[in-house]
Amino acid sequence: MDKMTTISQPDDATIASMSEPARSRATRRVRGLSDRTIAWLFVAPTIALLLAINIFPLVWMIRLSFTSLNLSMSYLPLRFVGTDNFTDILGDEDVWFRLQTTAQFVIWSVTFQVIIGFGLALLINRQFRGHSFWTTIILLPMMLSPAVVGNFWTLLLQPQIGPFNYLISLFTGVAPSSFSMTGQVSLAPWTIVLVDTWMWAPYVMLICLAGLRSIPDYIYEAAEVDRASAWRQFWSITLPMAVPFLMLAVLFRAIENFKMFDMVNLLTSGGPGSTTELVSITLKRAAFEKWRTGYSSALAIILFVTVFGAANIYVKALNKVKQR
Amino acid sequence: MSSPALAKGMSGWFRRGPWEAGAMTLIGGGIIMLVQPWSIDLYSYSFVTILAGTVGYVIVSHFPE
Repeated sequence: MDKMTTISQPDDATIASMSEPARSRATRRVRGLSDRTIAWLFVAPTIALLLAINIFPLVWMIRLSFTSLNLSMSYLPLRFVGTDNFTDILGDEDVWFRLQTTAQFVIWSVTFQVIIGFGLALLINRQFRGHSFWTTIILLPMMLSPAVVGNFWTLLLQPQIGPFNYLISLFTGVAPSSFSMTGQVSLAPWTIVLVDTWMWAPYVMLICLAGLRSIPDYIYEAAEVDRASAWRQFWSITLPMAVPFLMLAVLFRAIENFKMFDMVNLLTSGGPGSTTELVSITLKRAAFEKWRTGYSSALAIILFVTVFGAANIYVKALNKVKQR
Repeated sequence: MSSPALAKGMSGWFRRGPWEAGAMTLIGGGIIMLVQPWSIDLYSYSFVTILAGTVGYVIVSHFPE
């Protein structure tokens, strides 16, 4: 009986006298769990949490998108409507217009962010006194929460007491209270572009700065030897070598702006009328004001697939940049 | 055709690069169709196009290099 116990659970002295593979096997048997099992035990809580928080709601939303669920009439039985919600959305001119508004917002804000961000990166890339201080100052807006940004820009843009209107009045002579940046149809879309650019141009600057720092000095030295002007160096060296990083910034900001909700909701709530109603605000209204849960789930899936598709292109671009 | 030659022909046909480019074109085209302001018919077929591109991309990204 004693001998049998020794075989199933060898003591330390027995293990030490064994050859290396036999010792490893015996140690594993003593501990009772293989490395693979231990690895799975460590990963299991994370997987369970991911399934509960991400995957389950997604699967549930996909299920709801094929139903007629309306939470204001939740006493009605859940009816399967097939792809009717998708057909409704893809034939709805209002949603189409909101998607166009979103696209215009994405195009203008990303354009300004790339121009300003790249310009700032070119400036910051030069070594000068107070370089680190100015870099930190420029990066500050990016570190703020969109909710904070939305709130304080609402105060800044207030027609009666906001300093922004006074600043404009100083340069143009127009009375400060005669216009409202967030309340006028012609100005409100530009206001959300302005605030988003203010907040995210520093992020584009960071990406561009990484690109500019990756250009080896010897290329510029060779250009100097060839007596290339600064302008020529910019067009022939700096810009072509920074293009992959610019593409990365454009894709990332386009995806983020396509999903933009919090800041615009705080600044204009989609108004005046529906001038600044991005598709994310339409989704919120359908889900939590009209309580059309099935319809809004279908819209959410359309947006999800769009963003997922764009993210695939983004990851591909990211890998290309990494290979450089 | 012999089996190795057939396999070689198949792997030549299922190269990742061109298929990925095709799937990405489909996704990009679908996104443009979704937000363009000219035709509601294009808008109606945009989701199917993006979905086809995305599913296609997931499949072809497993093809050999």
